[in-house]
Amino acid sequence: MTNLFNYIDRSSPIHRLTGATKFVCLLLWSFAAMSTYDTRMLLALALLSFALFRLSKIGLRDVRFMLGFTATFMVINNILVYLFSPQHGTEIYGTSHILLGSGRYALTQEQLFYHLNYFLKYLATIPIVLLFVSTTNPSEFAASLNKLGVKYSVAYSVALALRYIPDVQLEYHEISQAQQARGIEMSKKASLVSRLRSASSILIPLILSSMEKIEVVSNAMELRSFGKHKKRTWYMGRPFRAADVASMVFCVLLVALAFTLNHINGSRFYNPFR
Amino acid sequence: MDPILRFESFTFQYSSQAEPTVFDISFSVSRGEKILIAGPSGCGKSTLANCINGLIPFSYKGESTGRVTLNGRETKDLSIFEISKVVGTVLQDSDGQFVGLTVAEDIAFALENDCVADPELHERVRSVAELVDVATHLGHAPGELSGGQKQRVSLAGVLVDDVDILLFDEPLANLDPATGKQAMELIDEMQKKTGAAVIIIEHRLEDVLHRDVDRIILMRDGRIIADAPPDELLSGPLLTETGIREPLYITALKYAGAEITPDMLPHSIRTVVLSDEVKEKVREWYRAMPPAPPAEAMPELLTVRDLSFTYPSGHRALKGITVSIRRGELTAVVGTNGAGKSTFAKVVCGFELQQQGTVALEGQDMMALSIKERADRIGYVMQNPNQMISKVQIFDEVALGLRTRGVPEEEVTARVEDALQVCGLWPFRSWPISALSFGQKKRVTIASILVLEPDMIILDEPTAGQDYRHYTDIMEFLTELNARGITVCMVTHDMHLMLEYARRAIVFSGGEIIADDTGANILTDEAIIRRASLKETSLYDLALRCGLDSPRDFVQRFIDYEREAVRK
Repeated sequence: MTNLFNYIDRSSPIHRLTGATKFVCLLLWSFAAMSTYDTRMLLALALLSFALFRLSKIGLRDVRFMLGFTATFMVINNILVYLFSPQHGTEIYGTSHILLGSGRYALTQEQLFYHLNYFLKYLATIPIVLLFVSTTNPSEFAASLNKLGVKYSVAYSVALALRYIPDVQLEYHEISQAQQARGIEMSKKASLVSRLRSASSILIPLILSSMEKIEVVSNAMELRSFGKHKKRTWYMGRPFRAADVASMVFCVLLVALAFTLNHINGSRFYNPFR
Repeated sequence: MDPILRFESFTFQYSSQAEPTVFDISFSVSRGEKILIAGPSGCGKSTLANCINGLIPFSYKGESTGRVTLNGRETKDLSIFEISKVVGTVLQDSDGQFVGLTVAEDIAFALENDCVADPELHERVRSVAELVDVATHLGHAPGELSGGQKQRVSLAGVLVDDVDILLFDEPLANLDPATGKQAMELIDEMQKKTGAAVIIIEHRLEDVLHRDVDRIILMRDGRIIADAPPDELLSGPLLTETGIREPLYITALKYAGAEITPDMLPHSIRTVVLSDEVKEKVREWYRAMPPAPPAEAMPELLTVRDLSFTYPSGHRALKGITVSIRRGELTAVVGTNGAGKSTFAKVVCGFELQQQGTVALEGQDMMALSIKERADRIGYVMQNPNQMISKVQIFDEVALGLRTRGVPEEEVTARVEDALQVCGLWPFRSWPISALSFGQKKRVTIASILVLEPDMIILDEPTAGQDYRHYTDIMEFLTELNARGITVCMVTHDMHLMLEYARRAIVFSGGEIIADDTGANILTDEAIIRRASLKETSLYDLALRCGLDSPRDFVQRFIDYEREAVRK
């Protein structure tokens, strides 16, 4: 079974950053990549994210499920953009250099360039998301969120949710098998409506048995002094170091650069056709 | 010495209940004592545990009279956190108790909440981990641990605080027999190392008595009906009257007509004094019992040949399994966690597809059948009924499988009513499921499978989480179904079940079948007991101590006698 949040324990400079640093960097980085269509910057971000991936010692094999998933999504997304808006590039860049065909679906250099940028945006962000997911230990993440000022009950519930994801996945799988045996059709043979109705026969038991577990866990936590003080310490906590500060400063600069480029270009797009 | 814990005519009533759950409770516990609190489900023993650890009155609200004092201070004047520094609770479900992502974090949890900082934090975690022998697993996730290891971690999690009382809520519920035995040894060892008082809440009397207990507090209907040393209680009729299973060797001695007295030290098969007169009585009883006639052989129903299954993770769960089950059999599939018994059930039901080998029903290969089609012939009942129930009304829940199969509504009504009758749910037919007890919900799930009229039903741990009386109810019910011609196969780690109810036990270990025999033969075979993490039955020891030359036959005749003479 594939686990979405899959922390992979390796020893690398990326792993050594605190979870909160990585989380802040992820937000800043994505914000920078989202806010600009400057091809040069996107290319640089994409190359840099690949380099960081290498540095983290996470192999492509380790993240192949997520990678496959996003790659498929990216391809579908690009095709849909072309189908619905084949002259989007021309609208943006203001010129039209036709390569093939004519009429509405005439393929223009501008459209291709737009798709290249679109593609680069994915390349600039996806590796960073995967990097965050696979190099962040959930407990350490909770600890560092708490250090950044997030209330520890909130931070701990994040870690606890991550802790229970595999259990809930497993239980969903087991309930689904038993319900299918009773004749609940979950395969593509059934219509969407009946599949939604069938899903309730899995979700209701799942929710009920999760509620039971929540009562047990909250009792267990209370019996071991959770909530006693305004503060708590963290076994997995790590101090913020120079590298953490440097990484966050670097990502702030990236956002600044993106805005500067947008200002220089006069729009979010870098236009080679003018 | 002053007692650590004292109850003085304490009564408690939950806000949501019309009547008190525990009445007029008075007892006390001193440092270094070991107490067993026993009683059937619903007798109030869990409520009593919650009163000791502070969940009552701090998490569950209600009215109380009388006093509960810890080290001379009333618990209601303390906070739940102060109480948890004195009482360490190990909950029944060690999975649920596990709040940390890894062993180390789980042990550290209470320390973190007390703001213990490094380096003390890491040092204390390490030293407690060494105490309970899990230091080599500090970085492991709960899912990677065995049941016994999880319990060690749970215990470490409360031992990090220097508690005066260790409270165990059904510590044996999720453990296989051998691990349960080790758990009792561990509790004993920790008590000796820490000097804490130990309170164990359990109904598996014989298993708890594997290590000495100072007193047994027996509860019934919310009241304490006895507070006495084990030898005294075992000599009287109170235990059996309350629905607590007495140790098997004591039952056997009683069948043989021997009188049990406290000076015989009956609390353990190792200590019990057997006079020559008693031994002769046991031998006489054995000779007078006729051997049961062999069951007549029925045609094969399920035939499994050379079955192998490997999970995508690379774990080889089943290796070359060949076995057949005959129509009308009542079989137990036993083994430790990870032995392959559950995977076997899943492959037979078609939830997982084998890489090699065949599963055939009445000679017909089932490879091509979908999960749903197989379910028409082989029904599967999950361990926790809440994992199966998705409707509000009993009738709808039982009817679900028929309706999804497009059976006409008149026929649905007839068949559901029939299934409700068979399962003893007829009086409750118009009740919502939420109003039913755990055991009744279990029956609902069994009814919802039976209504599909399968040839065979497979049940995962049918007796889990039930006391002796409800356990007996469920098993008698399954025996009745079996007598109606339904083939029953139970996946279990319960020894009593395999010994007393199953005609045949198939033992899995490391993905292979290591034994396929009667329960009596398996539970007297040392090599198999060791490999499958089972425990020798005390009947075997009794037979040896009475000088019987065939202890196996003695065990078998005891079971036959129970089945024939006692239950009817």
